Amino acid sequence: MARIDLNHIRHAYGAHPKSESDYALREVHHTFEDGGAYALLGPSGCGKTTLLNIISGLLHASHGQLLFDGKDVTRLSTQERNIAQVFQFPVIYDTMTVYDNLAFPLRNRGVAEPEVDRKVRETLDMIDLADWAKRKARGLTADQKQKISLGRGLVRSDVNAILFDEPLTVIDPHMKWVLRSQLKQLHRRFGYTMIYVTHDQTEALTFAEKVVVMYDGQIVQIGTPAELFERPRHTFVGYFIGSPGMNVLPVAIDGRRARLGDHVLDLPGTPETDGNAIELGIRPEYVRLGTSGMPVSIHKVEDIGRHKVVRARLEGREIAAILGEDDHVPAEPHVSFDPAGINLYERSWRVEMGA
Amino acid sequence: MEKTWNNRAWFMVLPVLVLVAFSAVIPLMTVVNYSVQDTFGGNQFFWVGSEWYQEILHSDRFWAAMGRNLLFSAIILAIQIPLGIFIALNMPRKGWGVPVCLVLMALPLLIPWNVVGTIWQVFGRIDIGLLGRGLAELGFDYNYVNDPFDAWVTVIVMDVWHWTSLVVLLCYAGLVSIPDAFYQAAKIDGASRWAVFRYIQLPKMQRVLLIAVLLRFMDSFMIYTEPFVVTGGGPGNSTTYLSIDLVKMAVGQFDLGPAAAMSIVYFLIVLLLSWVFYTVMTNYDAER
Repeated sequence: MARIDLNHIRHAYGAHPKSESDYALREVHHTFEDGGAYALLGPSGCGKTTLLNIISGLLHASHGQLLFDGKDVTRLSTQERNIAQVFQFPVIYDTMTVYDNLAFPLRNRGVAEPEVDRKVRETLDMIDLADWAKRKARGLTADQKQKISLGRGLVRSDVNAILFDEPLTVIDPHMKWVLRSQLKQLHRRFGYTMIYVTHDQTEALTFAEKVVVMYDGQIVQIGTPAELFERPRHTFVGYFIGSPGMNVLPVAIDGRRARLGDHVLDLPGTPETDGNAIELGIRPEYVRLGTSGMPVSIHKVEDIGRHKVVRARLEGREIAAILGEDDHVPAEPHVSFDPAGINLYERSWRVEMGA
Repeated sequence: MEKTWNNRAWFMVLPVLVLVAFSAVIPLMTVVNYSVQDTFGGNQFFWVGSEWYQEILHSDRFWAAMGRNLLFSAIILAIQIPLGIFIALNMPRKGWGVPVCLVLMALPLLIPWNVVGTIWQVFGRIDIGLLGRGLAELGFDYNYVNDPFDAWVTVIVMDVWHWTSLVVLLCYAGLVSIPDAFYQAAKIDGASRWAVFRYIQLPKMQRVLLIAVLLRFMDSFMIYTEPFVVTGGGPGNSTTYLSIDLVKMAVGQFDLGPAAAMSIVYFLIVLLLSWVFYTVMTNYDAER
């Protein structure tokens, strides 16, 4: 296992990138700590798979440096980097047995047969497929196949990291839970460095200790699930994480107050900005629906079981609020914002508020 | 769910039945009819039973042609299948090279068979043909008109030129359907070029290869037009395959009875061998 340093990595797929928009990865400068479980979260096309492939060596970055435990591996091939990677669709060698599938990476590396046998049996136990060892791999279910893909990584005890590229996409919802908890277990037992790419926030938040949110070729925030929820650094994070996402409303700042149309809101602190393009972000969980505050017109109430999501218009803007399952929508609805949940953004990036 | 039976549904398959009857079954039955009768012209027929079949099955001429056919098909498969796989593996997967290669590969398949024969007939001539003259200039004693070996080489090279593309295109279709993740996973697993071929590409090509082998076997076993145009079955009988012999017998000698019996035997052999190929290859598939 290794610490992975991404040193100002940039990547463009075309040969001669002219502008920023030609870069699939704009600039990534980050360290994945040894033994950490990270999730790379972002929408399709944000560059997360590109980043993953750069780490595994399937792609070579156009700029920047990649270090494993301080050693420069930027120019090394996939094989020399000794990385395991699990792909979106399960890759199995379907003419081989389950056993041979797992032995394949070891035999390719010229490991002696008694050692291969020991490692394969160990791995079969880890992924719960010991009873299937002699079976042809082709007849297995999708989740079993995906376990074999994972097993081919685990069988090499010396891998620097295990990378997952949306590995649960084709797995049934029920099996997703099972596999995810098995992954967490493996991580706790063996301390692998794991990087897990996904566009599913639930998956990211439950798998990882640290979630790396990517947007438009950059990392916009790295943090624990709680940090991402309470203090999104970028309006994208606010919108992407949470269901429904954060409400973002344009406001004007006046000292400790924010003006939202005709309304004036007290802020929890004085924002360290007086610039333009200021937006106020507030999660639906912090929007209070009652009889005082700013008047809204409600056009939809979605009952999703544990609570209700109220869709309304405030000052001509869409706003979502969360209402308890037993709470009622008032006849003349008004909303107010819980100051603890207010974040301010300048050009989409969060600004700190002093006391 | 309750199944509804309605016998009028049979009418739905009627058009196909009629079509197949007129295009295959009825013509085949007339051949069967000829094969058990003798005729002396004037539309007089006599029942002869299995006489023509016995004659065919005891004729050296038939078995010699059959032997040539089997040898020809074996050589064709041994060359075209590996060569087709090799070319398909080396064709580009993306970029401008793809359409160029595909068109080049498709070209021989688009040429009418007798034209292919004529091209090679002229190409190989030692007086004016580029190949024939060229070989003569280089000091080779090449003459497909009077040397049986040269005639065989010419017919085989011509067939390879004409039909390898089919194998290539089928294999290529199988290859491009392999998702990139397989190659990436193989890289991660440290697989060699041979291992990638053996465990990823070959298994994925297996179905198309089955089709390629079947088509190439049936086609080569029924070869007629091209060698007929180039060698006319000669020199001597050296390139007289079953189909050529059949036409000689039916149209040349007007021996309709024996020719019909030979057609039936020929047909059954093609059917039998195709079935054997198919069963062997699909069984192999199921076993693994």
